Amino acid sequence: MTDRPLTQNIRSDGSPTFLERYEANGGYAGVRKALADMTPESCLEEVKNAGLRGRGGAGFPTGMKWSFVPMGEKAGPGHKYLIANADEMEPGTFKDRLILEQDPHQLLEGMIASAFTIQADIAYIFLRGEYVLAAERLNQAIRECYEAGYLGKNILGSGYSLELRLHKSAGRYICGEETALINALEGKRANPRPKPPFPQVAGLWGRPTIVNNVETLCNVTHIISRGSDWYKTLGRGEDNGTKLFGASGNVKNPGVWELPMGTPIREILEEHAGGMRDGYQLRGFLPGGGSTDFLTEQHLDLAMDYDVIGKAGSRMGTGTMIILDDRNCPLGMVRNLSQFFGHESCGFCTPCRDGIPWIVQLLDQFEQGEATHEDIALLEEKAAFIGGIGNTHCALAPGAMEPVNSALKYFREDFERHVTEGGCTYHRAGGRH
Amino acid sequence: MMSDLIATLSPEEVSEIEHEIGLVPRRDGAAIDALLIVQKHRGWVSDESLKAIAGLLEMSAEELEGIATFYNLVFRKPVGDKVILLCDSVSCWLRGYEDVKARISKHLGIEYGETTADGRYTLLPVPCLGACDRAPVMMVGDELHTHLDESDLEMLDAKEVAL
Repeated sequence: MTDRPLTQNIRSDGSPTFLERYEANGGYAGVRKALADMTPESCLEEVKNAGLRGRGGAGFPTGMKWSFVPMGEKAGPGHKYLIANADEMEPGTFKDRLILEQDPHQLLEGMIASAFTIQADIAYIFLRGEYVLAAERLNQAIRECYEAGYLGKNILGSGYSLELRLHKSAGRYICGEETALINALEGKRANPRPKPPFPQVAGLWGRPTIVNNVETLCNVTHIISRGSDWYKTLGRGEDNGTKLFGASGNVKNPGVWELPMGTPIREILEEHAGGMRDGYQLRGFLPGGGSTDFLTEQHLDLAMDYDVIGKAGSRMGTGTMIILDDRNCPLGMVRNLSQFFGHESCGFCTPCRDGIPWIVQLLDQFEQGEATHEDIALLEEKAAFIGGIGNTHCALAPGAMEPVNSALKYFREDFERHVTEGGCTYHRAGGRH
Repeated sequence: MMSDLIATLSPEEVSEIEHEIGLVPRRDGAAIDALLIVQKHRGWVSDESLKAIAGLLEMSAEELEGIATFYNLVFRKPVGDKVILLCDSVSCWLRGYEDVKARISKHLGIEYGETTADGRYTLLPVPCLGACDRAPVMMVGDELHTHLDESDLEMLDAKEVAL
């Protein structure tokens, strides 16, 4: 029986696991162990040794991120903060919702263990406003934790204290960017901040701050309670642990599943997602949310590991795949994504604010049969500039251009056909465009 | 004059906002929470409320307006009893949200940003709702509705009767 630590409390009827059941299933063993038998240093070593990489999309090593937080007297006077990024808004991503709604204590336990490691005294959950059910259940779980002594002053008699608050966001995708999230928590517009200084040194209210994705923090729960050596046995490929993988689009059985890191894409698509719906053929897929590059059938046997997908020219991102079929126009899909990113730009940098809507306009010209072959080159040039690293302040515009650039690479004949046939032909076949 | 403005907020609103102010190092740090608190009580944030909140937070109304209009879940115009947030992102596009949008618009007689004449519904697009395995999806008030098809219209009718 393979270990499925992240989903061990998830029930098929969708009912939530609260404190009594969570503890009966071994919950809070990690927090008890950390506070009684471990030090912040040994917790950090355990997370580093586990090789945990951030599950929010970037895949940055979590232990290394934490190691930049000043400890002891070096931190100076004042608070340190741990923030759970529960602002799940990456298009096509629906994995954190599962844990937030059905196993809120798993997140809280990971947050307590992580906050102890960096010696934070205040923790926030930054939750997107539309996750109403998650908010209710998190609030109940937080109340249970305070009553049981897992949160508050002198947790379990250890001398360590932590306050934890739920912040409900007022919207906007850019809040998922960690420095934008920090500005939103300070009550400001969510414009990303320049880095350096990095939040680990100067984050919320200028104090040391760690922002981690929900799933990342849930991994910490199990790394601390069961150890990094156990954790390292869970992966199938280069990366360690398990991952919440998902698939949406015109597949037979869209959903989210906890599988070992390194599970081949084909296995996820065929065994778990059940293959394509009847009458639909696979054209391509975004491996990990709306800001990742298209891959195609030739990549189906790749393992879902950060560097394997990276070498293939895309990113594993959030691990939730969006599947493009043969009845939907690739240009239409890219237009939908570009419209999203253009709308969600914070407006600070010109290439992002003005450039992404320009991409949408260009794609509209293809759709309406007004584009020429030169417009393909123009689109390519603009997408390369807007997506160029360093041309904008944060990663929104580069991410936005990943599906555009890769569509130009893999679906070039579709762009050509829009020019030669005077517009989109998909709707004539009853598809979307 | 500022105190007259602040007096337009209810004691309950002021007390909830003061609680949030107590959790942050600067009064204006509670700006977003304060906007959402007033919206919870009144359905939206009027110019008068915005100025009153700014007074309470000791910040300029202009700066607070810049914050209020940045966030898509802060409503600066009156909305219906329930806001319909229809997901218009990629997975819902692949599964035909545009057909759902057309049906809802025809049925309720409103486009994005409009409110029905009887004041029951406002229709807005929303970025990916994180329920892509059940696409197409929308929220009606606080409730998530998934796998939308023709019956989505009956659901809106049923709600109208129940309201």
